[in-house]
Amino acid sequence: MLEFQRFSYDVLVIGAGGAGLRAAIEAAARGIKVGVVCKSLLGKAHTVMAEGGIAAALANVDDRDNWRVHFADTMRGGQYLNDWRMAELHAKEAPECVHELEAWGALFDRTIDGRILQRNFGGHRYPRLAHVGDRTGLEMIRTLQDHGIHTGMEVHMECTVLSLLLDSGRIAGACGYDREKGLFYLWQAKAVVLATGGIGRAFKITSNSWEYTGDGHALAYRVGAELKDMEFVQFHPTGMVWPISVRGILVTEGVRGEGGVLRNKEGRRFMFDEIPDLYKHQTADNEEEGWRYTQGDKNARRPPELLTRDHVARCINREVKAGRGTPHGGVFLDIAWINERMPKSAEHIKRKLPSMYHQFKQLADLDITKEPMEVGPTTHYVMGGVSVDGETQMSSVPGLFAAGEVAAGLHGANRLGGNSLSDLLVFGRRAGRYAADFAKDNGSVTSDESQLQAVVTAAVKPFDYGSTGENPYQVQYDLQESMQDLVGIVRTESEMERALGIIEQLAARADRVGIPGHRQYNNGWHTALDLPNLLTVSEAITRAALFRKESRGAQFREDFPDKDPDWGKCNIVVKRGADGAMSVEKRLVQALPDELKAVIEEMR
Amino acid sequence: MATQATFRIWRGDPSGGQFQDFITPVDQGMVVLDAIHRIQAQQAPDLAVRWNCKAGKCGSCSAEINGVPKLMCMTRLSNLNLEMPVIIEPMHAFPVIRDLVTDVSWNFNAKKTIRKFRPRSPDAPDGTWRMQQADVERVQEFRKCIECFLCQDVCHVLREHHKHNEFIGPRLLVYAAALEMHPLDTEDRVSDLRRKHNIGYCNITTCCRQVCPESITITENAIIPLKERVVDRFFDPIKQLFHII
Repeated sequence: MLEFQRFSYDVLVIGAGGAGLRAAIEAAARGIKVGVVCKSLLGKAHTVMAEGGIAAALANVDDRDNWRVHFADTMRGGQYLNDWRMAELHAKEAPECVHELEAWGALFDRTIDGRILQRNFGGHRYPRLAHVGDRTGLEMIRTLQDHGIHTGMEVHMECTVLSLLLDSGRIAGACGYDREKGLFYLWQAKAVVLATGGIGRAFKITSNSWEYTGDGHALAYRVGAELKDMEFVQFHPTGMVWPISVRGILVTEGVRGEGGVLRNKEGRRFMFDEIPDLYKHQTADNEEEGWRYTQGDKNARRPPELLTRDHVARCINREVKAGRGTPHGGVFLDIAWINERMPKSAEHIKRKLPSMYHQFKQLADLDITKEPMEVGPTTHYVMGGVSVDGETQMSSVPGLFAAGEVAAGLHGANRLGGNSLSDLLVFGRRAGRYAADFAKDNGSVTSDESQLQAVVTAAVKPFDYGSTGENPYQVQYDLQESMQDLVGIVRTESEMERALGIIEQLAARADRVGIPGHRQYNNGWHTALDLPNLLTVSEAITRAALFRKESRGAQFREDFPDKDPDWGKCNIVVKRGADGAMSVEKRLVQALPDELKAVIEEMR
Repeated sequence: MATQATFRIWRGDPSGGQFQDFITPVDQGMVVLDAIHRIQAQQAPDLAVRWNCKAGKCGSCSAEINGVPKLMCMTRLSNLNLEMPVIIEPMHAFPVIRDLVTDVSWNFNAKKTIRKFRPRSPDAPDGTWRMQQADVERVQEFRKCIECFLCQDVCHVLREHHKHNEFIGPRLLVYAAALEMHPLDTEDRVSDLRRKHNIGYCNITTCCRQVCPESITITENAIIPLKERVVDRFFDPIKQLFHII
């Protein structure tokens, strides 16, 4: 029998990035007992890497902005597969959430008259992103962390959840292990908020940190929750491509927002070559107008570099495949050129994009104020996730809530930059509030000891195989390689069928992974335990992508290159079937109420 | 550049340990953390290392490389002498958990002892504030901190004298400075800084500033101004004279 450290909470929050911390703060404010489990140290979650800003229609820079424009932009970006209620709540509540951060100490960049400054970003009609240089995520997580530690929440750092627990069909908490000592933990709870982020580590080239192994997606799936929109994986158009060891590290869209342009090796601004119909009337048709837009000219239309991420990523892919890429297989992203347009541009760039300047200087020996960067697409974000109620963020499992990247709905087929940080705040807050209500309205739970023992027995199995088992790192590499090659930016049926076969083989190998040593801070063991989650989300992504026989948003099918209006009315839901196998089905998108239809029409 | 290199990595736990040499191939552009990952994947699967973003943004992979506190993810092999073994040790100012991982929980607990942010009432009827960029920038420098704790690692008060119970170290003095100089903050931490957090222990050797991966001017911009506030409050002879009168 393996022992457990036992804790009991009203609300357990799994994950301590923006959504998790915001949820925990909200729940704790309601005077109940809140526990937070985080996979890393507090304040290190992936939110820290967000650069560009928080989208909120504050209208500080352009007074034509309001929630209706933001709502319409979000729906257009998501190709109308979004949960309309979430998109509406998000657009309405984001400004208030930004002000809340300021009240807790966040220091955003300012306008001349002392208000929060906002910057341009892809797919947003007006300058909308509240930001702090290019380190907005750090500002946000630190603000939430420093506020949160005084609210009475208990934080379990460097703990990973292995399984959610049920009590007669209702959520009853979670169990897992801590990295430091390798002890097992039971966190009993009346309500659980999943805020575990994304799945980027299923791919080889990614901007995501090691934690992003789809834990929440897989945990929810295993207790019967539905996953939605899993085919939509966002490939951010601009990741570093050189040196190889930093391949995938994010280069913020803020570079383009500040006037950076994309060129192929022939020096051509190829983004002007193809502008989607949905955006034609909003996009500049010459370089001069595009430049004026980035400098705040309200009468200018945005440059094509600021089209949505799915489109820009595909255009870059096209250039590279056509042999017009850079020496290391990317395209050029040039911010240094603005020297032609403004005096002291080097200082300006360093002030607006300090982390980018340092990142390239330190990791690539390149001065972005003088030379163009080499960039290419990198796996960045998953729009899909746990299917939740738009209002409360509760999943199909009573008492199980999800917020942030692990939840589906807000972004539809493609997320706009900046809409993630606001998503974390708006829906973290809602999830915390409704989870607290759920905990207050429902009685205590008990946990099933035999289930607990089964979970930990499986968890220590890699030590039985020891050095003779499969190498967990190698299994992970092989999965990342296959997903990158076969289920990446450009997809086709035969390749994805192959991917499913490989995932099955890898699952068999993952079952036999072995690790020497003991449970105390053993990275090999952690990698081994992340594998089942990575395999589950990889299978979900592949099956959903196979099922959607069209190209839309982040999904591009070479064998079905066009949009299909019928598919435009459907989301795809993945869940565990009665036989334990993964089932995939179509579900009609909820119809918009008339007043929101009118908003979209008006903003067209 | 060399095609392979030796990494002399400290391995052990609180009961003790020793260095172990690993030879691994190296490629152009690699950072120390890449080499560690390669060793983990191919030679020592249970080698303990703490890391997250591998982009210098989260401050998790702090270690001492050839005796210098650095982030492993931002230290390029091309800047090291690969003719010699690259020596990698855990931070010395904190207790070892295993191999390169140390117990930094003290920092999180000590932070809670600093009074939290308390803003003045909003400036505008809609509940918002007005601040000038110039005022904000002063504090934004401190808020760049990624909490890697390298400054804590080199601070002799913590590293040599183990005054963790009396002194909060450069990281948390930067944190206190960010709060004290925040344009909206109304809390007073000056007395705490003197009596509870013993800012006087810092004798401005600037070791902390020199290792900061975010290039925060810790000593000059954060600690010295706080020391000045303490001095102004408690040791100003003219003010003391007034007190006596």
